[in-house]
Amino acid sequence: MASATSNPSATGALANRPPGSLTLRIEPPRNWFELRLNELWTYRELLFFLVWRDVKIRYKQTVIGVAWVIVQPLLTMLVATLFFGKLAKLPSQGLPYSVFCFAAVVPWTYFSTALLAATNVMVENQRVITKVYFPRLILPFSAALSGLVDFCIGFIVLLIFTFAHGIRPAWTLVLLPLFLLLAVFTVLGVGLWLSALNALYRDVKYLIPFIIQFWTLASPVYYSSSMVPERYRWLYGLNPMAGVIDGFRWALTGTGHPPAASLFASVGIVGVAVLGGLLFFNRMEGSIADRV
Amino acid sequence: MTSAVIQAAGLSKRYQRGAPASSGLLRDTLARALRAPWTVFKREKPETFWALKDVSLEVHEGEVLGLIGRNGSGKTTLLKILSRITRPTEGWAEIRGRVGSLLEVGTGFHPELTGRENTFLSGAILGMSKQEIVRKFDEIVSFAELEKFIDTPVKHYSSGMYVRLAFAVAAHLEPEILLVDEVLAVGDFKFQKKCLGKMGDVARAGRTVILVSHQLNQIRRLCDRTVWVDFGGVRQSGPTAEVVSAYESAMTSPERGVGAAHADTRARFLSWKIVEPTGSLPHRLDSIGPVAVSFQLEVRSPIRHGHQGIALFDAERRLMWAFSNEDLTLEPGLHSLIYKFPFLPLCPKSYNWQLSLWDEKENVDLWEAIPELQVAIPNYQHALDEWNGSLNLPSEFHVSHEKG
Repeated sequence: MASATSNPSATGALANRPPGSLTLRIEPPRNWFELRLNELWTYRELLFFLVWRDVKIRYKQTVIGVAWVIVQPLLTMLVATLFFGKLAKLPSQGLPYSVFCFAAVVPWTYFSTALLAATNVMVENQRVITKVYFPRLILPFSAALSGLVDFCIGFIVLLIFTFAHGIRPAWTLVLLPLFLLLAVFTVLGVGLWLSALNALYRDVKYLIPFIIQFWTLASPVYYSSSMVPERYRWLYGLNPMAGVIDGFRWALTGTGHPPAASLFASVGIVGVAVLGGLLFFNRMEGSIADRV
Repeated sequence: MTSAVIQAAGLSKRYQRGAPASSGLLRDTLARALRAPWTVFKREKPETFWALKDVSLEVHEGEVLGLIGRNGSGKTTLLKILSRITRPTEGWAEIRGRVGSLLEVGTGFHPELTGRENTFLSGAILGMSKQEIVRKFDEIVSFAELEKFIDTPVKHYSSGMYVRLAFAVAAHLEPEILLVDEVLAVGDFKFQKKCLGKMGDVARAGRTVILVSHQLNQIRRLCDRTVWVDFGGVRQSGPTAEVVSAYESAMTSPERGVGAAHADTRARFLSWKIVEPTGSLPHRLDSIGPVAVSFQLEVRSPIRHGHQGIALFDAERRLMWAFSNEDLTLEPGLHSLIYKFPFLPLCPKSYNWQLSLWDEKENVDLWEAIPELQVAIPNYQHALDEWNGSLNLPSEFHVSHEKG
């Protein structure tokens, strides 16, 4: 909302102020590129508290708490294994279908829940937004990050599950955090747009289930991306989550193929989406506080 | 002379009229973009109004500044700009020092979390560091008198407990500049007094405070200097005693200050007061009990077949109640129009009366009664804010066991 610069002319009593005392300048919004990302760092403690709040509340509200985080992807995997693995007999890159599928369901569950949370985050925090200042950008970031706690629990179950199937992780496991990072940025790249739009237009929330459903089918969660015809592969590669899931599976099990060229495309696309999202969010931020 | 810690010049804020929360549909915007792409760029101008127009202000270090004015005069908008919740449309402000703003009691509280967890959460949202909260935690809890319940989820708190904790957190904010809006108007009276004391301490400790309040005695007690905001601009600014009394007399005098350029001089409303229960302040309602309110009307030339309307609005301009009396004959002279109510189930907030007088053809006078009605009735509602409705009704509860 305002730029912070260190006090240029400390005079009189102001000179006695502790360092870190700032002069804030409050002005009408002027340009598109005034992002103030440094404020995110200044407010990192609040970001932590918001993530902590989300996690706390989620585990308090559900009766079975942590168990739910495990049961949900596990059931999804079981049903998928039954129908896609056993009945449809989809190929699974030489892995047991259950492992093949579970290795995708865990990062996918993170992605879809975090995207949903990011979309709703501005609306859910309306009251706070109209009553106190902090960089609004913190909210979609907190939504993207708080899903990681669920992810960690799911990931531990996934590790045990792969181990139980006799699959030992290869060296590629060290690359896994990179794919997770790409997933986090994909959430931000889409979530920044949707969170601002959702606060401004009340019909956006009806769009979300459709987007997520569509995206699930367009990602190699239940089937292998090698089933996609060669000549459409480039188009498929434009979906960053295809790279994330293929990469995640590959990093975990060491089988399949590392997504190469398409991964660079994914990183590029996500980068553009995040940057555009930041600019759009920043632009809409003012209207959000005025309209809610 | 001490230096200015807040300096504002030409601050203005324009809002769209009647654009409530997320009223738009993306569908409509997209449809319009498809049908007539050029209109997306040539945005049609919605009706706008200036909530704040060309306000300049200087606040010095250690000063406690009061902001007064009617509902909708722009004081909250000014506070929101200074606390960076919204940005000005024009003008600028410079603030030297850490700013804390308190526009609501219990900002960021979540019902599922315990008192302890909410203290940390709300503290962080209001701008305290974790270290600071840890250091002040015991002090906050004992200020709120909630030692025994600090690990209970706040959804089980009574409204009194909730407000006490929320305020205790806020009261321990130690920014160099504190912006406060009307929050002292909540909670029970004893606790309000304690908070006022705490605010006084804050001021004495040399911190700068801007306080918005409808309770003029609070302003008198706490503020050195007061700014009267009217129609989005500064109407008067100066020593508190001067400005507050000017405000009071303008709000009750026959001229009724700005906007009184009313052509019809046949009759006009002058003032109002609570006549029953007696003994309390004339514009504050302390109990739900039988209430009688009297409105003074000066009639200069006779009114035949008049009808007189009355309406009560809350601070968000929602209609609470309205009534109209038909076929009145009023002779010249001073009249008291008295409305009696068996009880007024109003929430502890501020409200506005609107009085009108019509003859057969036209409006004779329309008066936004001033000062506002301050309601300090205890809250008889649910402990949680989100379950507080418009009616503040006491209830009795019995369980009767039927046979079977």
